[in-house]
Amino acid sequence: MSAALETRSLCKSFGALTVADQINFRLDPGARHALIGPNGAGKTTFVNMLTGRLAPTSGQILIGGDDITALGQAARVKRGLGRTFQINTLFPNVSVVDNVAFAVAERENVAWRMFHPASRYRSVLDESMALLDTLGLAQDARLTVAGLPYGKQRLVEIAIALGLRPRVLLLDEPAAGVPTLESHRILEVLDALPKDIAILIIEHDMDVVFRFAQRITVLTQGTVLVEGTPAEIAANDDVRKVYLGERHA
Amino acid sequence: MQDLLSSLVSVAFHGLAYGMILYVISVGLSVTMGLMGFVNLAHGVFAMAGGYVMLSAMNSMGIPFPLALIAAFIAVALASMVLERLLYSRLYTAGELEQVLFTIGLIFMSVAVARLVYGTLPQPVHLPEYLKGQLHFLGRDFPAYRVFLIVFSVSIVGLLWFGVERTRWGAMVRAAVDFRAMAQSVGINTSRLFTLTFALGSGLAALGGALGAEIIAIQPTYPFEHLVFFLIVVAVGGLGSLRGPFVAALLIGVADTACKYWVPEVGAFFIFIATIVVLLWRPEGLFGKAA
Amino acid sequence: MTHAGGYIADPRIRKIEWLPWVLAVLCYFVAPSYLPLGSYVLTMVIFALSLDLILGYGGIITLGHSAYFGMGAYVAGILAARLTGEPLLGLLAGTLGAGLLGLITGMIILRTRGLALLMLTLAITSVCYEVANKATALTGGADGLGGFTVQPILGLFKFDMFGKTAYLYCLVVLFVCWWLVRRLVYSPFGASLTGVRENNVRMHAVGSPVYQRLVTSYTISAALAGLAGALLTQTTQFVGLKVLGFELSGELMVMLILGGVGRIYGAFVGPLVYLVAQDYLAKQFPEYWYFGIGAMLVLVVMFARGGILGIIDAVIARLRRKSD
Repeated sequence: MSAALETRSLCKSFGALTVADQINFRLDPGARHALIGPNGAGKTTFVNMLTGRLAPTSGQILIGGDDITALGQAARVKRGLGRTFQINTLFPNVSVVDNVAFAVAERENVAWRMFHPASRYRSVLDESMALLDTLGLAQDARLTVAGLPYGKQRLVEIAIALGLRPRVLLLDEPAAGVPTLESHRILEVLDALPKDIAILIIEHDMDVVFRFAQRITVLTQGTVLVEGTPAEIAANDDVRKVYLGERHA
Repeated sequence: MQDLLSSLVSVAFHGLAYGMILYVISVGLSVTMGLMGFVNLAHGVFAMAGGYVMLSAMNSMGIPFPLALIAAFIAVALASMVLERLLYSRLYTAGELEQVLFTIGLIFMSVAVARLVYGTLPQPVHLPEYLKGQLHFLGRDFPAYRVFLIVFSVSIVGLLWFGVERTRWGAMVRAAVDFRAMAQSVGINTSRLFTLTFALGSGLAALGGALGAEIIAIQPTYPFEHLVFFLIVVAVGGLGSLRGPFVAALLIGVADTACKYWVPEVGAFFIFIATIVVLLWRPEGLFGKAA
Repeated sequence: MTHAGGYIADPRIRKIEWLPWVLAVLCYFVAPSYLPLGSYVLTMVIFALSLDLILGYGGIITLGHSAYFGMGAYVAGILAARLTGEPLLGLLAGTLGAGLLGLITGMIILRTRGLALLMLTLAITSVCYEVANKATALTGGADGLGGFTVQPILGLFKFDMFGKTAYLYCLVVLFVCWWLVRRLVYSPFGASLTGVRENNVRMHAVGSPVYQRLVTSYTISAALAGLAGALLTQTTQFVGLKVLGFELSGELMVMLILGGVGRIYGAFVGPLVYLVAQDYLAKQFPEYWYFGIGAMLVLVVMFARGGILGIIDAVIARLRRKSD
C-alpha cells in the first residue's frame, strides 16, 4: 500500500547552511501523525517543501506513490494536498463562507468562469455552508472574517483547507495563539476530521500532540531524530534531552 | 580611426558626467526605499527644488556659485525633514498604493508651485567664470564645468560611501536596511534615523539637481520627465544598495549619451528595453537582495 | 464590504444602479452644449473601469495603463487614416490591439512584484511613447495624427458637429462595457480576483492558478482601456502623444481614487466629478487647479482612502447607527 505522503532523502541547503538533511518520512493513509521539534528544527521549511513553496536541493516527494517533486503548488493541491498556516492566512475583508467558497470553487473547477454570477453555482455555496456547519461556524457565515475572534478565525483557517477535500492535510500549529478557553473547540474539530484523510500536524503544544497523534516524528536541526508511537517518544531519553523536558517522564 | 576614438572618448566623458549626476540624485532614493520601504516617486521634486534654489540664489540674488550650492543642499534637506515628519512618516505602514498616490499628489503640487513661481520655461544657467571654458589634457579639449562636475561628484560619492561604511550612522542605516524589524528591537531610534537619512538623501538630490542644471534642465516638468530614469537607476541597481545604483547610473549615463549621439532616432528606447530585460532577469536589481 | 461579488452576493441590478444612466440620458436633453465634455467623461469612465479591474480588484499597482489606452487610440486612428473610417471596425481593432499588447506585456511583467513590477509598467509605457514619438510616418510623431474622417455608425448615424452622435455612441459603448464588467465582477472569476488581492499566498495554497488569473484580467483590462482609447480617437477625430503620457496615467489614478477604488461606481463618480470640476476651475486658474488636485490626492490618502463613495458609505453608516 503506497504511503499517502512520502519523502525520500529530502535535503535543503541555503549555501553553507543545511536546514533539511536526508529526511525520510512516511505518512500512511488515514494517519494521525505529529511532527515536533525545537524552534529552528526545520519543521516549517519541511512543510514548505511538501507544499511546493520551497524547492528542495535534492530528494523526492511523493503523494500516493506519484512523484510530485517537480510540481508547483497548484498542481499539488489538485493531487489532494491541503495545508493550513501557522499564522492565519485568510481573506480578511471577505465573508466567512466566501473564504471557504474560494477553495471549493477552485476544486470544482468553477473559479475560472466569467459570465454567470457566482451565486448561481449553488453547489459551491451549499458545500461551503455544509462545511461551516460541521465546524460550528454556520451562524457566522455572512460575517466578515476580519471581525471574528481569533479562535474562530483559526477554525476558518482549517475550513478553507477542508474545502479542498484533501487526501493529505498538513496542519501547521492549528492551536497556536488561541486562548485556552477557545482551544477546546479546535481540538474537537481535529478529533472529528474525516478518518480517510492523512493528517500531519506540526505542534508545540504537547497536550494536543499526545491527545491527537498515533505516530510522532521528532525533528532536530534538519534531521529526523526518532520516530515512533507517543509512548515510545515519551520514553525516549534523547527526545527528552532535546525537547520534552522532565514533565513527560 | 582618430574620429572614432575621439567620439568614443567624448561619449564616455559626457556619459560619465550625466551618469554621476544621475547617481548623486538617485542614491538618496535607493537608500530611503531600502531603509523605509517607501515608494517615493516624488524624489525628483527634491532635485528640481535644489536646481531652483541654486539658480534663484545665483540669478536673482547674485550669490556666488559655491554658496548657492550649499544653500540648495541645506534648504532642501531642511524642507524635506519637515515633510518627512509631517506627512511621509504617517504612511510608512500604509500600502504601496497609498504611497504611490501620495507621492504623485506631491509631484502635482510641486509642479504647480514651480509653474506659478518660475513659469514654464527652463531656468537659464550662468556658470561662474572660473568654471567656463575648456580644459586641455590627453591632447583633447574638455568642457571645464563637466570636469568639475565629475570630480566634485566623485568626492561627494567617496564621502558618502566612507560615511556609510565607517560612521555609526552608516552602520545603523545598513543594519536597518538589512533587517528592519530587528533594528528597532536592538534599540536603534528608527524614526530619527529615517528623518536624518531622508534629509541627507533629499539634500543629495538637491545637490545633484543643482550641479546638473546644465545637463538636466530645471523646469516644472522635471519630476515627471525624469522620474523614469531615477527609478531605473534604483530598480536596476538594487534597492537599498549604494554600489548598485552607481553602476546602473554610469551604465545609463553612457548608454543614453551613446544612443543620442550615434542613433538619435532610437532615443531612450534602448534604455527602456534594457531595463525591462534586466528586471526580468533579476527583479531585485543587479546588486539588490533577492526577495 | 465595498467590493461587490462573491458567492452570497445578489447579482441583480439594484434600482439605484440605474441612476447614472438616467442622469446620462437627461444630460443629453438638458445640457446639449456640454455634450463634447460629456463624451470625454464617458470615455474616461470606461478607462477608469479598466484600471479598476486590474488595480481595485486584481490589486496590481500600475503606472503604465495609458500604454493600452494609447495603443487602442493609435490603432483606431491609423486604421481610419489609412484604411477605413468605419467606426465599429476601428473600435474592434483598437480593442484587439490593446488586448494583444496587454497579453504579451502581462505575461512578462506579472512574474514580478513590488517595485520591479511598478518599474516595468512605467518602462513599457515609456517604450510605447518613444515608439509613437519616433515613428512619425505612422503616428504623426509629436504633431499627432488627424485629418481622418470617421464614417457614420452602422452607415446610419453621422457624426455631427454638436457632438450628439458622439455622445450617444459613447453612452451605448459604455453601457455594454459596464454590463460586461459587472458580470465579470460578480462571476466566480471576479471572486477569485478578490481572493488573489486579499491573500495571494492563500490563493496559491488552495490551488488557484494565480498567474493565469492575473494575466487574463490584465489582458481584459488592457483591451477595455484600448476600447476607451479608440473611442476617444473617433469622437475627437485626432490622436496625439498625450494618450501615452505618464500624466494621463496619473490623472486617471486621481479620478479613480477620487471616486473610490475597487467598486464599479467609483469609476463613474471619479471621472465625472474630476472632469466637471476641471472644466469649471482649470480654465480660470490652471496652476491652482493642478495644485488643488495634488493636495486633494494627499488628503484623500491620509484621511479618506475610500474616495467619494467611501465618504458616502461612512455617512450612510453613521445615519443608520443614529436611527438604531
